[in-house]
Amino acid sequence: MPPAPAFADVTASDSTLRRFLHGLPGVDTVGLEARAASLGTRSIKTTSKAYAIDLAISMIDLTTLEGADTPGKVRALAAKAVHPDPTDRTTPRTAAVCVYPDMVATAKAGLAGTDVKVASVATAFPAGRAALDVKLADTRDAVAAGADEIDMVIDRGAFLAGHYLKVYEEIRAVKETCGEQARLKVIFETGELSTYDNIRRASWLGMIAGADFIKTSTGKVGVNATPANTLLMLEAVRDFRAQTGVQIGVKPAGGIRTTKDAIKFLVLVNETAGEDWLDNHWFRFGASSLLNDLLMQRQKLATGRYSGPDYVTVD
Amino acid sequence: MSDKTEQNRLSVFKTYKLYVGGKFPRSESGRVYEVQDSKGKWLANAPLSSRKDARDAVVAARKAFGGWSGATAYNRGQVLYRVAEMLEGRKGQFVHEVAHAEGLSKSRAAEIVEAAIDRWVWYAGWTDKIGQIVGGANPVAGPFFNLSTPEPTGVVAIVAPRESSFLGLVSVVAPVIATGNTAVVIASEKAPLPALSLGEVLATSDVPGGVVNVLSGRAAEIAAPLAAHQDVNALDLTGADAELARELEIAAADNLKRVLRPQAVDGEDFAADPGTHRLTAFLETKTVWHPTGSLGASGSSY
Repeated sequence: MPPAPAFADVTASDSTLRRFLHGLPGVDTVGLEARAASLGTRSIKTTSKAYAIDLAISMIDLTTLEGADTPGKVRALAAKAVHPDPTDRTTPRTAAVCVYPDMVATAKAGLAGTDVKVASVATAFPAGRAALDVKLADTRDAVAAGADEIDMVIDRGAFLAGHYLKVYEEIRAVKETCGEQARLKVIFETGELSTYDNIRRASWLGMIAGADFIKTSTGKVGVNATPANTLLMLEAVRDFRAQTGVQIGVKPAGGIRTTKDAIKFLVLVNETAGEDWLDNHWFRFGASSLLNDLLMQRQKLATGRYSGPDYVTVD
Repeated sequence: MSDKTEQNRLSVFKTYKLYVGGKFPRSESGRVYEVQDSKGKWLANAPLSSRKDARDAVVAARKAFGGWSGATAYNRGQVLYRVAEMLEGRKGQFVHEVAHAEGLSKSRAAEIVEAAIDRWVWYAGWTDKIGQIVGGANPVAGPFFNLSTPEPTGVVAIVAPRESSFLGLVSVVAPVIATGNTAVVIASEKAPLPALSLGEVLATSDVPGGVVNVLSGRAAEIAAPLAAHQDVNALDLTGADAELARELEIAAADNLKRVLRPQAVDGEDFAADPGTHRLTAFLETKTVWHPTGSLGASGSSY
């Protein structure tokens, strides 16, 4: 697959790629955080809130990525993705179920006949510390088992050492392995990239390399998705589309637990990337406990009574 | 000169705040209202809680329930006794607040505060004894041990007495938490200051954050969402007037909350011996059947 024509010269060598990425404008840290914080103060009420809650539910990649995952747990999660609130069939389905590659077949079976996708992490998730062959084999397994989406991790070590071309080549190789069947989400693990400048560079690197989605984090480190780093990535996809005409999705993951948080992110999407991204084809939440909070808020809007954890499933 | 400085000193007024989840937040709504003494003189501003404060308080109480109900009864007793120790140390402040709130002389207010502290100690002593009173081994027609034990109901929303701002408050809060429940307390609307100060005492006396949450404001405004809240398990209506109590009881029926109705129309006499009815009002009975094995046939090996 050739790179996007606009970037053929950029990806010609390690040094041209570095020149391009380091030539991106620096991030104004204070301004970015202030902008993210001020957008977080919007008050979303009544019908807007109901819309936002349903939209957020439909954007969730319902995730279980534990060593203790069993087929039973994955089946239960799949059932929950299809009917998040069994007492209210008007509740939208989640976008996808996100599991480890060996659980893809189980998830696929549980979701048969529905439009809920199966996403699988791959490429030696979450550390990404394995040889390229192993990462590709991991990806191939997941795709063969029927995954509709692959969540790969970048090699943060190579990225931080400045070996951008290596990271680029790796993303391209995984993208090729995904083929037409699976959309590729590229996880940067923003908590390990130290600076906002690095997050901006990683975003562009991922987009140039052919990511369908750029994703903040694995959920396995201390700092996961924050409004600021998600805002930064939303700016990147907006600018990328302006420049190339190609639209790329964004997925914040980890640490988003409440309806309030989720609505803040939706405001960021609307105000930064625009309405085109307010769709689960272009924006996702990587979350598990978030869904229960959204369901409780949804019940509150429907009945006027505050709901409680007794009225949603225990995962 | 020094006398003059003394006279000109601006006294530092206390900002009374809510006590929720072990912290002292202002009301989410940012509102306050004026609290007056019995003669209509301004005393302080108290937070005017909104239904969102009530919701946050329930979340805090639910979070604290596992740890508090799981603590041994003996440990709960120790913690509650510690509260009494702290109350004793701040007796002066409570006497001052009760005297102003209820229009009493210092000596009468001191008697009431002492009675309240004694009441607290009395309930602290009950934590590891109530199980023997309301639980026990039941005789059954079969080869089973059959044991009943009391378990806490869960999160209890309390409308604190309107008139008895401290003794009444202690008399409704202590029995609820003694048995392992967690509480969201709506302080007396016209005399909330002793309740808000009690929050400060609880915060410094080993009671885990969220076990007791104190809200001040209009009972009618805060109690309605609590009565309807699906995650509140019980409701104590002691401080609600007849009309409000009726409304709240209807709202509470939806998820079958346990409800304690006000005892008397003209208010309860909190100076009297309280008995155990407030302890037992918020308990559930768990009964365990256990086979006795060969006990009946060949003599006991136990």
